[in-house]
Amino acid sequence: MNSTNGKQDKPVITAKIDGFFLVFYNIAVFLGRFFREAFRPPVEWGEFVRQCYQVGYKSLALVTVTGFITGVVFTEQSRPTLSEFGVTAWLPSLVAIAVVRALAPLIAALICAGKVGSSIGAELGSMKVTEQIDAMEVSAINPFRYLVVTRVTAMTICLPLLMFYNALIGCLGSYIDVHAHEQTSLISFFDNAFAQITFLDYTTALTKAILYGFTIGIVSCYQGWNASQGTMGVGKAANVSVIVSMFLIFIEEVIIVHVFNSIR
Amino acid sequence: MKENNHQVDRNNAVIKIRDLYKSFGDKHVLQGIDLDLYKGENVVVLGRSGTGKSVLIKIIIGLLKQDAGTVNVLGEDVDQLKDADLRELRLKVGFSFQSSALYDSMTVGENLAFPLQRNNRSFTKDQIRKTVDIVLEAIGLPDTINQLPSELSGGQKKRIGIGRTLILRPEIMLYDEPTAGLDPITSMELNKLIIAVKERFNTSSIIITHDLTCAKEVGDRVAVMDEGKFIQTGTFDEVFNEKTGLIKSFYDYNFIQ
Repeated sequence: MNSTNGKQDKPVITAKIDGFFLVFYNIAVFLGRFFREAFRPPVEWGEFVRQCYQVGYKSLALVTVTGFITGVVFTEQSRPTLSEFGVTAWLPSLVAIAVVRALAPLIAALICAGKVGSSIGAELGSMKVTEQIDAMEVSAINPFRYLVVTRVTAMTICLPLLMFYNALIGCLGSYIDVHAHEQTSLISFFDNAFAQITFLDYTTALTKAILYGFTIGIVSCYQGWNASQGTMGVGKAANVSVIVSMFLIFIEEVIIVHVFNSIR
Repeated sequence: MKENNHQVDRNNAVIKIRDLYKSFGDKHVLQGIDLDLYKGENVVVLGRSGTGKSVLIKIIIGLLKQDAGTVNVLGEDVDQLKDADLRELRLKVGFSFQSSALYDSMTVGENLAFPLQRNNRSFTKDQIRKTVDIVLEAIGLPDTINQLPSELSGGQKKRIGIGRTLILRPEIMLYDEPTAGLDPITSMELNKLIIAVKERFNTSSIIITHDLTCAKEVGDRVAVMDEGKFIQTGTFDEVFNEKTGLIKSFYDYNFIQ
């Protein structure tokens, strides 16, 4: 295709394919830089703790509410079917298996992708377009280590904690519902619930949460770090952070479930 | 008027730029730039918007890489340095952004303390506080320490941006449009600050601007850039005695209109 200035331009489809692979290359470079910087001293402890507070503590309220509602609703929805077969006594273990194996990691991850991922994308994007990241560079500060490594690490560590907390609150919500209908005691409920949970279930959940946390951190930081085009770019960075994180989380969910089921 | 008490050392070039080229796609921004900045000297780079002035100082500090040519700062070729060495060099070169680029989540005091904390981890809180106070006093804003950038005027932000670079005691200062977007009185105050910085901190500076008053006030030497090249260099009077082409347009716009 010839452009107006007479130069030979690439066809649109070729340019798009090039762009697609360029994004993968840039992500690989970004990941490589993360692993290179993450294990080099000095560690930015102050910023890391601040990010743990932002990611973990500030997400607690949302994780509590969603975990509790999930537990109650899942119990309410499962009861009629189990009643038909006269096995409502299975409710605690059914809820525990569903929550630990699937619901808690996914819910905690989706909440963090929406709440924290968008915030990281917007914050870094805003710093990028207002030259605050360049200002760190020229002050002989390593902005990647200070901004990216701390956020990704905090996300990777805090998401498993939020996930286990979410699972516990989900079971608590379920217990309240079961206690109200079946008058089951707390000890009996949790005995039944956790009797069916194996070490592999905990390992699966932990693996998922670590991977989801890392994914959200990397995707959000990558989007923010590469933001351009002023305020529009900041909005785009926040938006794309959430969409891509969620998309990757679901893909990872499918892969991890298949891998661990083959081990089981 | 300029109050230059420090002698320019013509035998000691702290920045040497030779045959510098930089393009962005089809746009050739720098096309063979040569420049020496001598110790104790203020060089003003004048030119229209989009002529590559900011690109030039971003290459000097290593934020951008040139396509061809060499940039030697304090004896080091910037594009040849490893990350750690580049960081060492940046401790000696201050960069004042056009937008000030203050960290908007930090107070003024935290903005100033931040480079010091990260680069001098042995500094105590008292030492940091004392250094911040000295710099705030030097830039004439001692009462802003607890204010956020959003609470400052444009001129104050520029001053704090300069202060943040001074906290590391650089040998060279790079100013990107220090008076852009400011009223004439605030611009005049900024010009005085740039001269005061040179006097008090013994710096050599490159000042990027399109403001002729700024160039006249702060520059020991002026280099006029057009289409990626220097078309005229010399003292302000030498350059503007011969008012032709771009230089005439600049002069007319700044001093007649």
